[in-house]
Order: sequence, then structure tokens, then C-alpha cells
Amino acid sequence: MWSWALGVAADMTESLMLFVAPFIVLNAVIGIVTYVTLLERKFAARMQSRIGPYRVGPHGLLQPIADAVKLMMKEDVVPTAADKPVYNLAPIVFLLPCMFIFATIPFAPGLGVADLNIGILFFLAISSMEIVGLFMAGWGSNNKYALLSAMRAVNQVISYDLPFIFASLVPVLLAGSLQLGDIAAAQSGLWFVFYPVIGQLAFIAFIASTVAAENRAPFDILEAESELVAGFRVEYSGMKFALIQLGEYAHVLGSSFLGALLFLGAWAGPGPEWLGPVWFLIKAMFVFLLVTWVRWSFVRIRVDQILALSWKALLPMTLILLLATAFVVVWRTNGGV
Amino acid sequence: MSTAATTHADREGPRRTEEGPRRIDLDYAGSERLTMNMGPQHPSAHGVFRAILTLEGEQVVGVDAVIGYLHRCHEKLSETLTYAQYPSIASKTDYVAAMTSEFAYVRAAEQIGKIDVPKRAQYLRVITSELQRVASHLLWLGTWCLDLGGALGGGATIFLYCIRERELILDLFESLVGARLLYGFFQVGGVRYDLPPGWVATCRETVDLIDTRISEYEHMLEDNPFFMARVQGVGVISRELAEDVGISGPLLRGSGVNHDLRRSDPYSSYEDFQFTVPVETAGDCFARYRVRMVEFRESLKIVRQALDGLPEGPISSRPGLKSVAQTRIPKGEAYVRVEGARGEVGCYLIADGSAKPYRMKWRGASFSNLAILPHIIPGHKVADVVAIMGSVDPVFGEVDR
Repeated sequence: MWSWALGVAADMTESLMLFVAPFIVLNAVIGIVTYVTLLERKFAARMQSRIGPYRVGPHGLLQPIADAVKLMMKEDVVPTAADKPVYNLAPIVFLLPCMFIFATIPFAPGLGVADLNIGILFFLAISSMEIVGLFMAGWGSNNKYALLSAMRAVNQVISYDLPFIFASLVPVLLAGSLQLGDIAAAQSGLWFVFYPVIGQLAFIAFIASTVAAENRAPFDILEAESELVAGFRVEYSGMKFALIQLGEYAHVLGSSFLGALLFLGAWAGPGPEWLGPVWFLIKAMFVFLLVTWVRWSFVRIRVDQILALSWKALLPMTLILLLATAFVVVWRTNGGV
Repeated sequence: MSTAATTHADREGPRRTEEGPRRIDLDYAGSERLTMNMGPQHPSAHGVFRAILTLEGEQVVGVDAVIGYLHRCHEKLSETLTYAQYPSIASKTDYVAAMTSEFAYVRAAEQIGKIDVPKRAQYLRVITSELQRVASHLLWLGTWCLDLGGALGGGATIFLYCIRERELILDLFESLVGARLLYGFFQVGGVRYDLPPGWVATCRETVDLIDTRISEYEHMLEDNPFFMARVQGVGVISRELAEDVGISGPLLRGSGVNHDLRRSDPYSSYEDFQFTVPVETAGDCFARYRVRMVEFRESLKIVRQALDGLPEGPISSRPGLKSVAQTRIPKGEAYVRVEGARGEVGCYLIADGSAKPYRMKWRGASFSNLAILPHIIPGHKVADVVAIMGSVDPVFGEVDR
């Protein structure tokens, strides 16, 4: 009798756990994303000899919360000529893949929502789904700036997902596994960024294609506020704008975590084991700041130049790199050095 | 020491391409084309400018410009304001380089009235004009990079650096005049204020500082392949086109025409100073950028020379103002031009012997320069439109007046 009840309780906790872990991760991600915006603003301010947000809370620490509250209280304006279902759905369609990518990331050994055996494939596949939301937003707004931006989005995201994938596959080859947990564990000896030649090149390619695939300056031709005002999100306001913004930063954050995991040894670091997630976060922030650094020092490049850079330089380079990595791996398993 | 009247053989600018300026047509109603408004409210409109672009995909095939959103009746206003009052209003035509328009106005009045200007006042006019040119070019560089790089990217970084330096010059003007943007510093017969104590030393420090910072910008921009990709070969103005349309200033010099009023028609003791007139031959955005970058240094050089050779003496040939209607200019008319930051600023003035002009007409450098846009924009991408617009450096206060 009791054993049966306990069994039910155990089942219930098991099924509850299915919800609890994603709930915690989701909220943690939203919390981190909020404060990542503050980090970026402070960092950019220092680069530009400014102070940055300073008034809301000590050193502007409450600024992200004030921003979020402001956006929630803003009037939600829907253009009369908009394609309403598409327009209203777009922020959610955009946000979902950006949140899903965190599902496969292990934040410490065994600490994550689901460390799939094809984790990195899941990550790459889902992360390129954001283009659907982008295009819906651009199309549904029924605005010429937004439409141009949507056209650019399709061009750019498709062009840069390939080098992004190829660069990410280099660590996969080195580790011999598609599972993110295994890739992290494989770097316990040597972080892949320190792997001779291949590691550094792959890391550079990864950063470059991350910047482009996330539509960050200098590749932010979708937003391009000096030409297209704000691109696909020009007609969005209030909470819908906040969702798009949240999705965008979540995507950058997700890619930063991926970069830290693939190249910087994930949770490896000095100190006790429970410090692992902290190290992971610090490394992810390092990758994020690299991306931010690029963003605030380059001017935007033109759409045809962006495509040329991807198809003529980055894609062949990453492809050759991937092949070279494959040769190195085969050579080493067959009794090389 | 005089370098005036030296004739420089003009350098070769780009030749006009075979097809000539592209035809502008907006009548085509095919579904492949998209008509898009850029402005009047647009982040890179540099004021209120409306460009109606006809697009085929990303390619601009036609552009039509609409101006007049900032018209404030400056020319009519001059008929109701006295010679003592109007310089403060003249500032407001080109508010980014306010000293220049004041300069043109008072020179026109002085020419009609045959009024001498003391040497010290002439030097003070040169110092303020050249500092103003530096301030104006700083704002141009900042906003142009903002157009290229975006408010949320690298462009904003350059913009804030430029504003930081412009601030120093505005501080100098503030301690001299009391105002930071619109001065009213020039008066018929001289200038309104003499230098406050310590101003010369502060000015020297600022000039030296800006000189080093200019090198930093050059380093940051020209060593950046993305910047070079955006500006080289974009918006080429051929030499013939430049002469036909009547553009002036850095645009003209960027297309290989060696023309600078400070050199070819010296005024206000410009013949006393050693400076070179930069000429670039490529005619693209990068050439215009290079011209302005050299002009920074040349202006600073002129300021240094003027500070070194600043003569003692009165700052005005006329008695101090007791009433606004005190200055009366005899009957006559004059067209006077000065080299502003954006090109040739002209003032055509007709005096009727009273304390107010009978009629006045501005020749705004930005207005004439803006006419080049429909000739060079078609055939470029949307992103290039803002790059070209920014390299033309229009100030809409001067365009619409």
C-alpha cells in the first residue's frame, strides 16, 4: 500500500522535475539576459569614455529592471495595415528558438535540462529557426523598412549559419562526440582554443560567424538604424518589442555559452567542483564581451559585402579547416603524435 | 610670407563615366520597384530632408529630394533687423558652423560701407573661423560615422570621441562670447569681444590636443577594412560633374579641383598664413574624408600662426554700440563669399542707406552641394545612400534658411 503511494509520489516528482528544470533554466536565462544588457551598456560606455547607466540604483544596477518595467507599461501599437496574426505571433516565434537553445547546454556535469546525444545538432538547428520569426516580423509589419530588413535577414542568416555550423563542428571532431557534455569533458586536458593552429582559427571563425549570425554590428544590416530605422522591429512597441529584444540577447548569450563550451573548456577551472557553473558563466561572459568589443568598434558593412565575406572567405575557410581537422583526428587515432 | 595668388595647376580628378549621370525616373509603376521615403524624419537625415528613393531590391535606381522643411524666412528677416542685430540671426543659417555665416554678412556690409577692419579683429576672425571649421568637421566626422556604423555600433564610438573634442572648442567659444552654438561674435567693423585673459594658452593646449586626437581617428578608421570597404569607390563625383553642378568646399577639392577661397580670393588677412589646400583626385567618399582630415590639421596650423602673430590694437574700427540702429550703411550692393566648413558661403546684400538692409540673399554651401545627390546616388545600394549623404555634409538650416 505505502510502497504504491511512494511509487506514485516518485513518479510525480519525476514528471514534475520535467517542468522544474526548464522553469529554473528559463528564469535564470531571462535574469542573466537582463543583466547582460547592463554589462554591455557599461562596457560600451567605457569604450566611448562615458559612464553609462548610473542613476537607477547604485551604479545603475537596477537599470535593466526599470527598462523592463517601462517596456511593459508602454502602449502596444499595432499598425492598422499590419498582417495582424503574423505581426502578433512573430515575437513569440522569434523568442522560442532563442530560449530552446539553452535546453541542451550542460551548466555543470549533469546539470542541465537535457544533455542530448546530438546536443550540438539540436542547438544549431534550433538557433537558425529564429529566421522564421524575423521574417514574420518584417513581413507582418507591412512596412517598407521592415520588408527590406526581412529580405536582408534571410540572405544574411542563411549565409552565416553555414560557417557558424562548420566552425562549431571543429570541436565536435576533436572530441569525437555530438553531445555537449562529452565535448566539455574532452577538454579537461587541453581547451580546444589552445589546440595548435586549428583551435585558434576555429575560434576566430566562430566569433566572426556568431557576430554575423546574431545580427550584431558590424553585421547588423537587419536593424541598420541609419538606413532602415530599426529594420524588422520598427513597428513593434511595448512588450512585443521587449520580447524581440529578449530573444536577441538570449541568442547572443546562448552562442556565448556555446563558444565557452566548445572552445574554452566549459566548467573547467581552479577551485572546488561547485564553482564549475561560475567558471562557465565567466567564460561565456568573456565570449560575450569579445562579441561586444567587435560590435562597438567597427562600422557597419554593406549587404553585398557581407554576403561576399561569407561565401567567398568565411565559408571556404571553415570548410577547409573542418577537413584539416578531420585529417588531424584520423592521423592521431592511427598512431600519430 | 604671402602665399596668395600662387596658382596651382589643378590635379586630375576622375573623368565622367561614359554613360554620364544616370536618368532619374519616378514614373515607372512596375511591380518590381519600390518607392521608399527616407525622411523627413529619419535617423540619418541630418535634419529634415526627404529623399524619395526608387528601389529595385537593394539597388537605388532613382532619387528625388524634397527640401524646405526647415525654412525660417532668414532672408526676409534680414530686412527687418539692423546691421547690429542680424549677425546673431545669421548664425542660425548654418548652425553647425555659425561663425561662417556671420562672417559673410558683416563682410558684405563692410564692403558696401568701405569700412576698415583693424588687424587684430581680422586675426580674431580668422582664429574663430578656423576653430569653427574644426568644430564643424568634428561633428561631420562623428555623424558620418554614425551613418556608416549606426548608433548601436562602432559609429557611435567615433561620434562620442568627436563630440568630446568639439566640446573643447565650444568651451573656448563660450569663454570668448558667452554662447556655445550661436554667437553673434562678428560685428560690422570688427568683432564684439576681445580675448579674455588666459584664452590664448587654453586655445594652444586645445589645438595641440585635437591634433593628436585627429591622428587617433585616422588610425581607428583607415586601419579598419570595413570602413574602407564602405567608403572607397562609393559616390564618385567626376571632375566635370563637380564643376557643372557647382559644388564647393571639400566636395570640390575631393574631385580634384584646387579651389579654396582662402587661397584664391584671400580675405581677412588669410594671405598672412601658411597653409596647404588639400586636393584628392579619387572623387569618392574616401577622398572627401581625406580632404577634411587634412583640413583639420591645416585649420589648426592657421590657428597656431594667428595666435603667434596676434597684433595688439583695437578690435573694432567703429565706436561701441549704444543702439541697435547705430550702424548705417550707405547705398550700394555687394556679393561677398567666404570659405565655410562646407564650401562657399555667399551673401548678397543691398543697402539703402538706412540701418537695415534693403534686401539680402544667401548662397548656402549645403544647398548647392546637395544638388549633387541625384547625380551620384542612383546605382548604389541603400546603405550607400547614407554614406554619400553623410560625405556631402549638409546642414539643413543652411539649405532651407
